[in-house]
Amino acid sequence: MDRYLNIDQAGMIFETRKGAFTALRDINLTIQKGEFVTLIGHSGCGKSTLLNLIAGLSTPTSGYLFLSERQITGPGPDRGVVFQNHSLLPWLTCFENIHLAVERVFAEKESKAQLRERTQKALEMVGLTQAADKRPHEISGGMKQRVGIARALAMEPKVLLMDEPFGALDALTRARLQDELMRIVAATGSTVVMVTHDVDEAVLLADRVVMMTNGPAATIGEILSIDLPRPRERLAMASEPRYLAARKAVLEFLYQKQLKAA
Amino acid sequence: MMTATISATPDPVDTSPEKTAASAVVPHPAAPTRNAAAEQAAANLRIAVRRRREIAARIAAPLLGLLVFLTIWFAVSQMGSIPGPAKTWEAAKVVFSDPFYKNGPNDQGIGWKIGGSLSRVAMGFGLAALIGIPLGFIIGRFLFMRNMAEPVISLLRPVSPLAWLPIGLLVFKGADPAAIWTIFISSIWPMVINTAVGVQRIPQDYLNVARVLKLSEWKVFSKILFPAVLPYMLTGVRLAIGVAWLVIVAAEMLTGGVGLGFWVWDEWNNLKVENIIIAIFVIGIIGLLLEYSLLLLARRWQYD
Repeated sequence: MDRYLNIDQAGMIFETRKGAFTALRDINLTIQKGEFVTLIGHSGCGKSTLLNLIAGLSTPTSGYLFLSERQITGPGPDRGVVFQNHSLLPWLTCFENIHLAVERVFAEKESKAQLRERTQKALEMVGLTQAADKRPHEISGGMKQRVGIARALAMEPKVLLMDEPFGALDALTRARLQDELMRIVAATGSTVVMVTHDVDEAVLLADRVVMMTNGPAATIGEILSIDLPRPRERLAMASEPRYLAARKAVLEFLYQKQLKAA
Repeated sequence: MMTATISATPDPVDTSPEKTAASAVVPHPAAPTRNAAAEQAAANLRIAVRRRREIAARIAAPLLGLLVFLTIWFAVSQMGSIPGPAKTWEAAKVVFSDPFYKNGPNDQGIGWKIGGSLSRVAMGFGLAALIGIPLGFIIGRFLFMRNMAEPVISLLRPVSPLAWLPIGLLVFKGADPAAIWTIFISSIWPMVINTAVGVQRIPQDYLNVARVLKLSEWKVFSKILFPAVLPYMLTGVRLAIGVAWLVIVAAEMLTGGVGLGFWVWDEWNNLKVENIIIAIFVIGIIGLLLEYSLLLLARRWQYD
């Protein structure tokens, strides 16, 4: 089995004023190259913490993480991150935001023209060529998130990490971006780990849905494989028994087995 | 069948009226259009009238304010000691008729006076920016430096600017450097403090972008740190130049030389009060222009 991204007994304990707080414990997960994995769980279950561990933005207090056989010790451009609130730099245009990332990764090997072409291609991929010279405050939330995706993918990362990327968008925009993401991932063969709290999103996009137990001391509760052929058609899925069964399984996990005590 | 397809019922196969009603997707009847054009025209007219009134109010109110000011000034001048608007206007015409004359080192035209004051402000303020802004970055970035600088800044900041003048005279042994020093020391604090606050308020998201991309230190500074801090920095610069302009007049009264401050003092000694009033207007207008140009500059770097 291809152990592309490997999480081995990872745990995370935060030091707070009230003492040690165990956010995550005993996380074991292996993700294959080209796989799309969604992390789902109630808020506060540490799914974003887990994503930050993979991103290297924080280091686990126990256990190890490996990406293609190399231990993750800090953040790096081999892991593209799409943040929930897009995190585009407001003083740069869409083009410049992406170019900053492209430059960082490819400037040593490629000419300036090639770098510009890469940036242009990334914009094309998310359908925003006409917004190249706009600044983030001039475009809609959905477009900002697309620029964020383009920036992350333009680095040709080994894995694309997405932290509730569509959480702040309205339902219609979210659906459109989900479809677009599926198309882009199919075209680029990217490996994706996405945090979400939306059951439909988790099932529709994923090859595997990783369900997390409630915090504190959250860990992986169940892992559900979604054996649906791609490309997946949103409308067809609405009446697809395997899709509905998977959706029901995730809902049962969230609302029966892990019912929030709130 | 054809008509059924054209009519907007959602399901062309199922055309029985009960079913259509049950599906609850009923085409919305087109709104009556007969009066729409007239209503639109009436609304446009209302908007135009309201806008004209708003513009009139926006121009009329400041004019009225100035008129009230002039009236009070005139009334006060009738009591005797202060020249009225008309007399001041006549004096101003003389002052501005030859702005660049030179009759020896201390008797020069209004242009030279303004230039003298502005150049002292530029020197003192420029030095303050040169030192204060980098200092603000360092204090904002490193907690240890902040804790180190905080007691000193808290102690020195509230000191009245002119209290620094004797120190300047003593150390620099000259009127001009002492005035520049006073501008420097009193205008540096807003720039240090605002820059430091700006650095501390950089959103973590932007710094995460830098970490994920592993940008070089120079790129972090030029692409993230500096642009993020710029609006705060410019606010500091604007406050500092305001302080500098306030202080220069007072400092020049004490140090002498060619400048607006000494002019005020000189005309007091000559008892040419109308020239003092002209000086007050000139100082006010230049302060306003400095403030406004920096506001325009700051607007250039507003991102949202």
